Amino acid sequence: MTWVRGGGLTTLLFLLPLLFAFGAFSWYPIVRTVIMSLQHTNLVQPATWVGFKNFEQVWHDPLFPIAVKNTAYFAGLALLFGYPVPLVAAVLMSEVRKRRGIYSALAYLPVVIPPVVAVLLWKVFYDASSAGAFNTVLGWIHLGPYPWLQSQQWAMPSLVLESTWANAGATVIIYLAALTSVQTELYEAASVDGAGIVRKVWHITLPQLRGVLLVTMILQIIGTAQVFLEPYLFTSGGPANATLTVLLLIFNYAFGNSLGGDYGAATALSLMLAGFLAVFSLVYLRATRSWSTR
Amino acid sequence: MTDGEGSTGLISTAEWHKRSVRWGIGGLQALLLAALVVGGLGPILWLAKGAITPTIDTITHPMGLFEHGTAWSNLKEAWSTVHVGLYFWNTVVIAFGSWASQLLVATTGGFALSVLQPRYAKVINALLLTTLFVPAVVLLVPLYIEIVHPPLIHHSLIDSYWAVWLPAGASAFNVVLVKRFFDNLPREIFEAARIDGAGPFRLFRSIVLPMSKPILGVVSIFAVLASWKDFLWPLLVLTNPNEQPLSVRLPSIQAQTSLGVFLAAMFIACLVPIAGFLVFQRSFLRGGGLGGALKG
Repeated sequence: MTWVRGGGLTTLLFLLPLLFAFGAFSWYPIVRTVIMSLQHTNLVQPATWVGFKNFEQVWHDPLFPIAVKNTAYFAGLALLFGYPVPLVAAVLMSEVRKRRGIYSALAYLPVVIPPVVAVLLWKVFYDASSAGAFNTVLGWIHLGPYPWLQSQQWAMPSLVLESTWANAGATVIIYLAALTSVQTELYEAASVDGAGIVRKVWHITLPQLRGVLLVTMILQIIGTAQVFLEPYLFTSGGPANATLTVLLLIFNYAFGNSLGGDYGAATALSLMLAGFLAVFSLVYLRATRSWSTR
Repeated sequence: MTDGEGSTGLISTAEWHKRSVRWGIGGLQALLLAALVVGGLGPILWLAKGAITPTIDTITHPMGLFEHGTAWSNLKEAWSTVHVGLYFWNTVVIAFGSWASQLLVATTGGFALSVLQPRYAKVINALLLTTLFVPAVVLLVPLYIEIVHPPLIHHSLIDSYWAVWLPAGASAFNVVLVKRFFDNLPREIFEAARIDGAGPFRLFRSIVLPMSKPILGVVSIFAVLASWKDFLWPLLVLTNPNEQPLSVRLPSIQAQTSLGVFLAAMFIACLVPIAGFLVFQRSFLRGGGLGGALKG
């Protein structure tokens, strides 16, 4: 196909929207981030080169270790709450014989709720007075009232709980799709050999899902490492910086000061986060390679 | 996702006939359903109830059910007095523009890379895939500065909807999804069209696009939903409250009005996504699985 395989003007015309969108709003900003992280810029005066000063400044910021620790705590808790739940739910749902659609629709419903609504609604639920929605329900069984977002100790778990509610449904759907491709002959063979349901789950279902399981885990870690909306809207990073995350710190560097943003520090920290996630993903993929492609 | 008679599934028919299995698994499934109703549907039903309950009742008895009647006025007050109506239309306009921009980039780009295949397609493909691995936060600050001081046009795009519409087009996920779909279209049809004298434009408009309705539907649904959910970017580039979408306004609305009216505003913000989900459930759930397949 001669006209098809050319590099002619027509082809370029078709590529124009893509080249413009990605050139202007993806590729160029990525390069620009690297440049800005090495500069001092405030949009008023011309930018000056400062080498790695921005990185040093972020590294020595007393808020930096707090933000890193909080983000790791959020990611860890989210893994603990949020990782096993969708898997168990999906395995149970895949064996539903009638009206399976209702299960998946209910599980996915929170995912379509705008995240701002989800957070602000849960903020109402988390009302710390004894007349708050959650405290009322827990009061029926003589628990609480709990301070939820107002306590340094409970604020982060509260954020993770809402975030798990908002996101778990999407993972359930991924697992359900993956479960349909499990080779069913293996189940039959195992049944013939006398394996029970639990053993079949452990020896057939989970190993067959391991590729998907590994991917959803790393994607969840990458996602939770960039948590922003929950700490921003629930607590603004408080109380006493207990929910200050890396992304919130980046946001505060760039946009938190009405006198002008510290764009150098913001881009430096975002590159540090991206670099960490890249290294982490590589190590993760290497470490799990033998297990995922057996 | 059909309700297959899973006789060859995890639980065999023989096992399903055992009473202990049927009761055990059935019990767990009933428990799961109850948890999904309470957990998945419960908060949304509570929001719907709060939207039409007098503020004082919601504050004093959050789990009560219309103890002192209803307050439908919340919805009306939210729509007009708190200007939710205006913000709602802003959201619609923003979502429509973002959808158009994403669809334009994904279809033309996907067509060029999959069907026309210029020699440099590989380079562009590689560059596209790279962006999938760059966390969005890396783009935040330089994109913002680009909107404040755009190169060439020297006129700030702050408070212009183009500031939201244009960057929305740069979604590598969409392009990859559409390109993969085009890759699987039968090449013989393209060849036949060429013999009949169709040029690339004709091929694109009359053959490729009509054959791609399923994937364009999925991309459209997720484009609109993502735009409806977006918060941080419109917050940064749309500073004029009269232009902001609902999600950006909601935190300020909370401070301006009573709890009942605020809950009504949030309920209105949920209506379109929920209605869309109920109508296009199949595409949503399949698209969710698609995302997993692509990421996998």
